[in-house]
Amino acid sequence: MEHLYSKGGEVVFKLFKRNRRTTSEYIFDNINILIMLFICAITIYPIWYVLVNSLNDGVDAMRGGIYWWPREFTLENYKAVFETPGIVTSFGVTIAKTVIGTITHVFFTAMVAYAISRRDLYGRNFYMLVGVITMFFSGGLIPYFLLIRDLGLFDNFLVYIIPTMFNFFHLIIFVSFFRELPTSLEEAAKIDGANDFMIFIKVIIPLSMPVIATIALFQGVYQWNDYFAGVIFVNNPDLQPIQTYLYKVVAESSSNQMMTNAAGSIATKTVTSQSIKLATMVVTTLPIMLVYPFLQKYFVKGMLIGSVKG
Amino acid sequence: MVEPTKKEKFKKIKKTIISQKYLQTMALFGVVWMFIFNYIPMYGLIIAFKEYSIIKTVSEAPWVGLMQFKEFLQDENFWIVLKNTLGISLIKLIIGFPLPIIFALLLNELTSMKLKKAVQTISYLPHFISWVVLGGILTTWLADIGVINDILLGLGLISERTNFLAEPDNFWAIVILSDIWKELGWSAIIYLAAIAGVSPELYESSTIDGANRFQKMWHVTLPSIRPTITILFILAVSGVLNSNFDQILILRNSLNESASNVIDIYVYQMGLQNARYSYATAVGLLKAIIAFILLLSANKIVKKLNGTSLF
Repeated sequence: MEHLYSKGGEVVFKLFKRNRRTTSEYIFDNINILIMLFICAITIYPIWYVLVNSLNDGVDAMRGGIYWWPREFTLENYKAVFETPGIVTSFGVTIAKTVIGTITHVFFTAMVAYAISRRDLYGRNFYMLVGVITMFFSGGLIPYFLLIRDLGLFDNFLVYIIPTMFNFFHLIIFVSFFRELPTSLEEAAKIDGANDFMIFIKVIIPLSMPVIATIALFQGVYQWNDYFAGVIFVNNPDLQPIQTYLYKVVAESSSNQMMTNAAGSIATKTVTSQSIKLATMVVTTLPIMLVYPFLQKYFVKGMLIGSVKG
Repeated sequence: MVEPTKKEKFKKIKKTIISQKYLQTMALFGVVWMFIFNYIPMYGLIIAFKEYSIIKTVSEAPWVGLMQFKEFLQDENFWIVLKNTLGISLIKLIIGFPLPIIFALLLNELTSMKLKKAVQTISYLPHFISWVVLGGILTTWLADIGVINDILLGLGLISERTNFLAEPDNFWAIVILSDIWKELGWSAIIYLAAIAGVSPELYESSTIDGANRFQKMWHVTLPSIRPTITILFILAVSGVLNSNFDQILILRNSLNESASNVIDIYVYQMGLQNARYSYATAVGLLKAIIAFILLLSANKIVKKLNGTSLF
């Protein structure tokens, strides 16, 4: 009824709309809301479960029944995680590979994409063909593995960076974005004597922040979450990302690898392998959970560009 | 006008390339990268027809023709691997493909913008969690002392506790449901973006024609996003043999092997754990060929049905 106090024309419109909603539509709306709330609940709950159990005393948690709130709140599990030898190194490897890998990926892919986005580039149809073929054909796991080995990237930090520097699908997203940019700025820079590379650095990159944020998010998530490169290309535990570490713990959960690793746990005796596992899962996931809401408005747009023209 | 001779043409090309030296260098970085990381492995596929060993180079290894392929076709694992790969993928396609579309349509019908935004934000969340962490959650939940057992016991649906991941019968369901859980919201983004692009005029004119919301959904929204659905469907069919390697590698164990051994896992085991490079490459190549045939057929069928296609 509050609408009655607003301006006349609008009131009529709103009332009109409300009256048009039939009973079946009203029922549909409410059921729809219930479905959506249900989806949200089952999406959030497993994450919540891990969080509250990781904040609970490990021995107590083994009794089960911790569903909504920690029963015996403690930060011991997290303390144990960071005291586990190797885990801080793994965490560092993950941060380094994510930061360096994402920056090089975005810069390199954008650079190639900028050159290819220029319609006057000689041979651009050929370059595009070279790329499109890679979208449908690949050598598969074994020839790729042999290549990495022959390149000397085995047990080398660069195995996280160089083989992921470029992605043709991301190139397409960049190209469609660059095509929409006004050419007048490039021309002005050219008259001022800038070469194409300088134009890319000084003009194109600052104008392309939305698409750069999108690709950086895609690649950042990939780099952060990837465990497989660490499983097949790395033996040295000092080069092992946190996801690979966690993979080994989860895949070999019967062995209490983590428990024996955890030096701190012996002293406190309230920590179990299970509770450290949960705390490690939280620590591994938290950084990404914290950045993604800020980038959300970008990636929806980025997905659209990629889907329509890709 | 005189036709330019070959020499003149070449000179002109040279001049263009020199004037574009920066752009050409920038583009060439990408071409060289693709040559190394995409094309050399494609060349490496020839070891599927050879008996490659670590002491020889790819070109030195002796040719063995189709021996590796024959061996796979006669292997006792062949049917198990094929059944698991096709089974998981087809069910995933049948259930997992339409769900994001339905979700996007329902989400679009929410009248409260605040709720819509909140649901969207929450539904993307699992996409950002790695399969390793999710595998950790699943092994915890599905264990005999886990939450799922608690619930099913509480509801009286089971009489005693079981470790669900230790039973092959449950494996497909676990893989398919957890994949839907993880990617439902993320997959819906493309459809939501497509729905947002539908011209409001279409809705206005259908309102004038007296269409209610369900009719609008059916006769306006759905046909408008059909090109997007089509293209994603073709891509989904071509990827049908990719039964989510990351996910299965984490969830499989020796007890559920009869349901969890898919082509990608088999290639990984044979190639990287047993170092049977040529054999594993042949298995991988066979998969790629089948996937490519599926892509072409899906493209052709869809093109006949409604005119949209990838190529």
